[in-house]
Amino acid sequence: MASQDRLTLDRVAPPAEPEAGTLLRVDGLSVAYGGNEVVHDVGFGLRRGESLALIGESGSGKSTIARAVLRLLPPGAGRAIGRVEFDGQDVLSLSERRFRPLRGRRIGFVPQDPGHALNAVRKIGVQAKEAAALLDEPDAARREELVLETFAQVGLDDPRRVYDSYPHQLSGGMLQRVLIGLAVLPKPALLVADEPTSALDVTVQKRILDLLSRLREELDIGLLLITHDLAIAAERADSLVVLKDGVVREAGPTATVFAAPASDYTRRLHADVPALNPERYRHLRSGVRGGEPKIEVSGVTKTFTVEGKVLTAVDDVSFSVPAGTTHALVGESGSGKTTAVRLLLGLEQPDSGRIAVAGEQVTGRSHASLRSIRRHLQLVYQNPFTSLDPTWRVERLVREPLDRYRIGNRTERTERVRAALDSVGLGEELLSRKPSALSGGQRQRVAIARSLVLRPDVIVLDEPTSALDVTVQAGIVDVLLTLQAELKLTYVFVSHDLALVRQVADTVSVMHRGRIVESGLVSAIFDDPQRSYTRELLESIPAGVS
Amino acid sequence: MTVVAPARLAVRRVPPVVVLSFVVVALVLSWSLVPGLFTAQNPDVGVPADKFLGPSAAHWFGTDHLGRDLFARVVHGTASSVTSGLIAVGIGVVVGGLVGLVAGFIDGWADVVLSRLVDALLAIPAFLLAIIIVTSLGFETVNAAIATGVSTVGVFARVTRAEVLKARSSVFVEASYLQGGSRWHILLRHVLPNASRSLLALAVVEFGLSILIIAGLAFLGYGDPPPASDWGLLVSVGKNYPLAPWLVYAPALVMIATVLSVNRISRWLRKTD
Repeated sequence: MASQDRLTLDRVAPPAEPEAGTLLRVDGLSVAYGGNEVVHDVGFGLRRGESLALIGESGSGKSTIARAVLRLLPPGAGRAIGRVEFDGQDVLSLSERRFRPLRGRRIGFVPQDPGHALNAVRKIGVQAKEAAALLDEPDAARREELVLETFAQVGLDDPRRVYDSYPHQLSGGMLQRVLIGLAVLPKPALLVADEPTSALDVTVQKRILDLLSRLREELDIGLLLITHDLAIAAERADSLVVLKDGVVREAGPTATVFAAPASDYTRRLHADVPALNPERYRHLRSGVRGGEPKIEVSGVTKTFTVEGKVLTAVDDVSFSVPAGTTHALVGESGSGKTTAVRLLLGLEQPDSGRIAVAGEQVTGRSHASLRSIRRHLQLVYQNPFTSLDPTWRVERLVREPLDRYRIGNRTERTERVRAALDSVGLGEELLSRKPSALSGGQRQRVAIARSLVLRPDVIVLDEPTSALDVTVQAGIVDVLLTLQAELKLTYVFVSHDLALVRQVADTVSVMHRGRIVESGLVSAIFDDPQRSYTRELLESIPAGVS
Repeated sequence: MTVVAPARLAVRRVPPVVVLSFVVVALVLSWSLVPGLFTAQNPDVGVPADKFLGPSAAHWFGTDHLGRDLFARVVHGTASSVTSGLIAVGIGVVVGGLVGLVAGFIDGWADVVLSRLVDALLAIPAFLLAIIIVTSLGFETVNAAIATGVSTVGVFARVTRAEVLKARSSVFVEASYLQGGSRWHILLRHVLPNASRSLLALAVVEFGLSILIIAGLAFLGYGDPPPASDWGLLVSVGKNYPLAPWLVYAPALVMIATVLSVNRISRWLRKTD
């Protein structure tokens, strides 16, 4: 109960009865899967029109709490004990038949990945009709009208077109708007949003969060926001609950928790958010050295023909990277940064322009001669869950490049594998594990070790941390920058996260629709952006307390 | 996302039905390898005075019209039924797997030609195809097995091709290519192991199915003639004596138990990793 009081201290209680304002009250909630308790004695309260953020890394139990509130725990396996009170009613003890009118109508839910939350083979309108069936509106034409009104309300410019589209015809941001629209359509009192923006671009993320804040005010909805990003939580929520291993570490009004974190864990979370600590890795970076350019890309253009239409993925792109520095390619999805990387690695050939790595041409070469360049040019993929062969063990995965390039004898290879794993902070006990027995952060470390084992000069990092939590991300970035300082590596760092770019990169190119709109030193671009697009990107960095 | 961790960490236990299935399959395999250990009676020579005895302690499955012990005949017939099942699956896996691998890994005309051939093969019912092939090869159990094997090639090719296509387009294959892997290296070390899991589950299912098809062929007289004691042949001969129903039931039940066990194991294999 103590935490409850702290949460609501700074709020003036409505003058009516003292309990009236509390919309959702969670008390002594414990959730177990099988015999395994993953949430221990969690309690918090949320008032109407207020927002509360549950923060924690993956495995902290934040999604499990959301599921318990919505009573969506897997039947049989998940068991919740304690009290979850919604509008004065204990939802855990209700029968499923009596709870169903609440879920959807009074408690709305916004899922994590909009791409998977809609049925791909049915039009948005048909699926919206299902949601509209929850309304107390007998007239079908009127229901459709209400759906269209809600779509307009969540900022979809052409509601009719959206209504008649299939999910794949809309962007991720639009889909998330549709889902938010469907969730607020029955005018719920509580909205549960589980990482609503983690699958979206930064600028889209800002707009979606703005939308949620606006709806909360306009419709007087209580918002339960689940996120791993302290900066987002601090910017958007009135109060915070910090979770670790299913236990509440800290709770209270945002301003208090954020400005003066009481627990070590919150302090660490705070330190791991790139947006809040732009200079964190200053000591590992030596600044731009005047070294000769390691990578030179000049006037590169690549077009694709899709269904008869010519798409220019990369349009007259030029940049160069001095040896031993980090160059960042920044842009939203579809801006051409991935194509640029594939061209750089020789996975695609450009239509025009030239690319040279360490003085050697990448463009216009045969497969065999590219092979010798690739030895010095490695790639770390975005998603460590797909980039490691699931049937191989860690030792073999890391040794594969050595085997393929026939470097050293058996003992030397084993030695180098161990050294590479050691340098990314992984112990020998992992050598015989398969990727499925590793966490996301460990997998990405294995992927980095794999690219290091050949001792390359250049490593291309394609959003290496976007699939990972902030805490894990901080660990990976630390490893990367330490290795760069030790081995004088040159990095090309692809990212949509400007805050992270500011932490790690020396120079940056901002890409938009296949073109580089602005490039230069990170400090110059961040302090004095010249183009409106760059400014828009910079503004979407969550700034902490608003 | 947070939900996945505990389920993964929990020690995966083998369900009891799967254990039972393994016991049944192990028993059937031992019958085929060392039939002498399980029955002391001669499967081919009977005692005419003991004909048509019902199941009892002395004759577990009863005796047939010549007074031969049916249990001994089932046990000794296992070898031929199981071996032919294995031959059939072997042909399916090797030929179908190769066709699927080539079709999936080499784009263009090879894929088109092979895929259409496989379509044609799949268009003919497996049993009918097996009968046509065994008729042209000659009536013998080995030929029935070969015929059954050929009729499963299409299914194996189709599944292998799909798995190869899936594995080939995965990110780790491109990663291996970037790290200096040749086409052969990628095919043999990355694509094949990843495709093989589905292939294994399919092979086990097809093994059960092949036993049934071969028994069907034996039942129709396309296998070895008596006194061979293939399971299908036993059922076929037994049906002539309606007053001794155990002659049909006993071998049929053995067959059903085997095929069900094999299917259960396959389903379990598909789910585990």
